[in-house]
Amino acid sequence: MKVELRINGVARSAEVEPRKTLLDTLRENFLLNGAHAGCEHGVCGACTVLIDGEPVRSCLMFAVQADGYEITTIEGLAPVPGELSVIQDAFCETHGLQCGYCTPGMILAAHALLQRSVTPTREDIVEAISGNICRCTGYGQIIEAVQFAADRMRVANTPRANAPADKSEAEAK
Amino acid sequence: MKPAPFDYVRPGSLAEACELLAGDEDARLIAGGQTLVPMLAMRLARPARLIDILRLPELAGIRAEKGAVVVGATTRQAVAERDPTIAAHVPMLARVLPWVGHPPTRNRGTIGGSIANADPSAEIPLVTVTLGADIMLATPDGPKSIAADDFFMGPMTTSIGQGECIGAIRFPVWPHKRIGVGFFEISARRSDFAFVAATAQVALDEEGRCLAVALGLGGVGDRPLRLDVSSLVGTELDAADMKDAVHAASSGIDAMSDLHASAAYRRRVAVTLCIRALEQARAEAAANPAEAAR
Repeated sequence: MKVELRINGVARSAEVEPRKTLLDTLRENFLLNGAHAGCEHGVCGACTVLIDGEPVRSCLMFAVQADGYEITTIEGLAPVPGELSVIQDAFCETHGLQCGYCTPGMILAAHALLQRSVTPTREDIVEAISGNICRCTGYGQIIEAVQFAADRMRVANTPRANAPADKSEAEAK
Repeated sequence: MKPAPFDYVRPGSLAEACELLAGDEDARLIAGGQTLVPMLAMRLARPARLIDILRLPELAGIRAEKGAVVVGATTRQAVAERDPTIAAHVPMLARVLPWVGHPPTRNRGTIGGSIANADPSAEIPLVTVTLGADIMLATPDGPKSIAADDFFMGPMTTSIGQGECIGAIRFPVWPHKRIGVGFFEISARRSDFAFVAATAQVALDEEGRCLAVALGLGGVGDRPLRLDVSSLVGTELDAADMKDAVHAASSGIDAMSDLHASAAYRRRVAVTLCIRALEQARAEAAANPAEAAR
């Protein structure tokens, strides 16, 4: 069957068998290998992509079901080639990854969370990544990475006059 | 972990979907696919054809009716979780949804899909049985409705017939003013399958006496169970009343036993969680001020 998909803002088409998952289609037809094949039955979250901005498991969806949605993979997050998104950079800064297998899924889950709110509680972060398994980090530094990214995004979106640092300076005077 | 080959069709109407389904014994419906696709991947299911009903307009939407909220079968669990009508009128459903799978599975998984799957430990079927919801079916002979209690037959088994499709679920809305819900669940990990889940809804009058009560238990029997605690109506729901009622209502339950939890464990936890759910529901109802309720 022919499918027309919109991936990272670009219209793509492919000839696929109905039984081919969106995950395999992304990896094999479009060489978007950032979505990782882990358990391939919806348990591990390594294959997470965003569908209309919300995280879903690309192994639990067939490519023939995925037309008409805005699909975002980890390759679609960096602002320009060679640069990292704020969340990607935060994962590097805080050592939020070791082997890296779960990382694209973690970052996309965090991305969806921080699109909704840049002031998530620790519980919000834990819930957002609860469907993604990491066997290296013990999750602590992943949570720190998301908190760190949220801090940076908050500051980046605050006009200078209202920034917390400036405020405390003003109060000190 | 690759499914066996199948044909894929996306009918344009519900009538067409039922017709396709009725005429093909090897066809299965797919909507969110969050349970079916893993079964396909493990080849526990090998349908010759998948009929995709996810985008059928007849199965979408959440609407308030007189005395009920009707939830379209393909309503995503994540959408229902954030829906103001459900939060206001079917608070029990809103309460359990965060316990259904994980955010990514709730973004695809549907309300009707969880009911059709009929896992005895699933939270959404538990709510339908506890509240006495109606499962509204589209059939080749037109619409029909089955009480949730008669719909679930056993593990992964329902009374749905060949060519029939869940169209919507009709959740009754209680007319009372002071309503509270309670929910507790024990599982190996948060959001994993419940060994035991208990949910309760309580309505109180202005003096704090119980006007109506519903109590349900999931994960214990081979399907969700509604427990008869009607002896609590008219009481002030004190600890001794609740304990006696729960013990009486749960004494005859045939509990499942498996690798994760023995029948004895499930029965013991069930009693405790039922009492906690009732206590939580009573406290929540009592927190609604009597005079502000109109």
